[in-house]
Amino acid sequence: MQHGKYRFVVGFLAVPLGLYALFVVWPFIQSIYYSFTDWTGLSPEFKMVGFDNYSRMLDDDIFWKSLQHSLLFALLLPVVTIGLALFFAFMINVGGRRRKGGPVISGVRGSGFYKIVYFFPQVLSIAIVALLFQFAYNPDSGAINSLLRGIGLDSVQPLWLGDPNLALWCVMAVLVWSTVGFFVVLFSAGMASIPADLYEAALLDGANRITTFFRITLPLLWDTVQSGWVYMGILALGAESFAVVGIMTTGPGGPDYSTTVMVLYVYQKAFRDGQAAYATTIGVALLVVTLAFAAAVMRLGRRERLEY
Amino acid sequence: MGSTTDGSNGPEGVGRRDLIKRSAALGLISVPTMGVLSACASSGGGGEEKAEAGEKTAKNPLGVNDATQMEFVLFDGGFGKEYGQDAVKLYEKSFPKAKVKFSATQKIQSTLQPRFNQGTPPDLIDNSGAEQMDMGVLVGKKQLADLTPLLDAPSYDNPDKKVRDTLRPGIVEMGQFDGDPVWIMYYAYTVYGVWYSQKALDSLDEQYPETWDQMLAVCEKAKKKGMAGWTYAGKYPYYIPFSLYPMIAKVGGREVLDAIDNLEPNAWKHPAVKASFEAYYELYKKGYVLRGTPGLDHIQSQTAWAQGKALFLPNGSWVENESANVIPKDFGLAVSAPTGLDSSDKMPFGTIWASGAEPFVVPAKAKNPAGGMEQLRIMLSEASSRNFTSKVKSLSAYNGGTTGITLTPGLESGQAALEKAGDNVVNPRIQDWYVKLQKEQIGVAGLGEMMAGRMTPAEAIKKIQGFADAAAKDTSIKHYKHQ
Repeated sequence: MQHGKYRFVVGFLAVPLGLYALFVVWPFIQSIYYSFTDWTGLSPEFKMVGFDNYSRMLDDDIFWKSLQHSLLFALLLPVVTIGLALFFAFMINVGGRRRKGGPVISGVRGSGFYKIVYFFPQVLSIAIVALLFQFAYNPDSGAINSLLRGIGLDSVQPLWLGDPNLALWCVMAVLVWSTVGFFVVLFSAGMASIPADLYEAALLDGANRITTFFRITLPLLWDTVQSGWVYMGILALGAESFAVVGIMTTGPGGPDYSTTVMVLYVYQKAFRDGQAAYATTIGVALLVVTLAFAAAVMRLGRRERLEY
Repeated sequence: MGSTTDGSNGPEGVGRRDLIKRSAALGLISVPTMGVLSACASSGGGGEEKAEAGEKTAKNPLGVNDATQMEFVLFDGGFGKEYGQDAVKLYEKSFPKAKVKFSATQKIQSTLQPRFNQGTPPDLIDNSGAEQMDMGVLVGKKQLADLTPLLDAPSYDNPDKKVRDTLRPGIVEMGQFDGDPVWIMYYAYTVYGVWYSQKALDSLDEQYPETWDQMLAVCEKAKKKGMAGWTYAGKYPYYIPFSLYPMIAKVGGREVLDAIDNLEPNAWKHPAVKASFEAYYELYKKGYVLRGTPGLDHIQSQTAWAQGKALFLPNGSWVENESANVIPKDFGLAVSAPTGLDSSDKMPFGTIWASGAEPFVVPAKAKNPAGGMEQLRIMLSEASSRNFTSKVKSLSAYNGGTTGITLTPGLESGQAALEKAGDNVVNPRIQDWYVKLQKEQIGVAGLGEMMAGRMTPAEAIKKIQGFADAAAKDTSIKHYKHQ
């Protein structure tokens, strides 16, 4: 049986793999190639310049700053988002108080409503979310500072996006807000498929909610958490952070480069400064970071699979 | 559930590792075929046939071939597309057999960059908006046609006058980068300066201040009435130069700005720069800048200003159109040349920044460059210019064209400011020569930080001089000098 297996598999995979090669692998190879040229992106002429772009990148302070911010996004955002989402999902599905006559395992009161509310931001496009928060963060008449004034905190009127110490955190908060709902729903679906008798057994043994979460829910949900982790990390390194930083922040990328991220830097170099080749060089660095992130998550998250 | 979705990290089956090995092999195979790649995103542009020239006549001084298609791509932004369509109708009238392909888009770069790379750009482009293609690179890579034939052609209205003699001051120079060729025809004319409400000034019983001491006095008076003196686009602090740069010129003379444009060493350390920076910093220090300004974007700051929360706003003449829906009817919108320091300033009060906007270019590889230029010649006629001004509330590059139409308050005030300025119009080129330096480095990282009070003027100058020196040394950008 073994000998025909690969041919069989290849037969099925040829078309998707071909498409993948054409639209994913091929552009990658192209950008790596362009990173060794001095292509401006505005004219068909260019020449090879060897490793010039790479040595320039290593000396570029803004590149290092954007790398630092991107790494912070990739590490911190998944932790916070997934942590929050797990907590919410647990409370919605499992964490409720036991009610008389009800099922053994249930969420907190009104959990169906919460589930929908959490998912709301997911319905909005990230650009709209960024715009909404831009209004909220307006130091003059925005919702947050108005609220602070309303409760008598007239002296506490931060500049939010205008303050280099706060701007990056403001951006991160928006990303957490807009993505957490998706993971709540994802984890809820995962939790719903965990057999209730496992919980019942734990409860009979006298386990409290915290123990139940760490001993039953989390281990059985591990695969979902892991894919969620990679997905969130890639979001944080890629499109979502670009949109939010690009739309909301000073400059964009500021104030004083405090929010610039790699994707934004790639965009600015390619489409503002007419330095497409250098942009692809940063793109290659971003590719390396993304691959390293995915590899690290896969390796660290490797656990024995539980069957149930 | 885990059993159905997993498989990504199991040791069995066609593992990830194999896949990586194979894709690496694929990569290796493709290395020798790199040469083929150049045909992908950037095919060589050669071999494009130019349209045959038509006969040059008095009516057709540029020799447009009547039978050729002309393609015109307009930026569909604040000015809309109607003025372009009107101009196209005139072109079609002059050349009834020619087909005109007109399109208007906001996505100039996304639509046109690939066509430049393929060597098949349109014949006339309004390269404007957020997706503007970098002019320096286009010029440096010889992608644009020299517009000198257009400038030397007789004007549309008067055959005895060349097109170049019908334009406002500075328009031709702005189209030059180094040497004589003129690469860009700016069609709109923008007046930059300090924008304010005459009504608000009247309520304070004040006139627009001409010296900095008066400026501070007016701000103090406003502050007592619970009104801030200034606000600006805090998130895009490169609006500050609209009034700061002409102030520097007024204090220290035109050559200070020229030295800055030329990226000369220590250009920013000139006493006039220092004095002007310190004057602006004083606005922050004394609490005359609207609270929260560093967190406002341009629209938010304009709105706060229109609501009367602040008196003065550094901006350009587009503000009248852009904030039309928040500026009250009795606002008395006006613009003034920036306030100077005192009577020892080198240039008189009235020195103002005005320059072209809406850059039109004819690509070097266009098939019908004569057609593109003829279209521009039509647009630079008095009738077209008047049509433009009345439709979009902006002056055009054509010197005149405002008689016989009612000007809006802002436009009228801008026109008056230009008349007052006379020859004292400055035009800092750093804005279009070194976009990144001007916006991101001087604007956001320098002036923005200083006006938010996170940096002293001395620190800001040092930092900005460092950016300018780095830009002067950077071999990846093209450098320009004032002639």
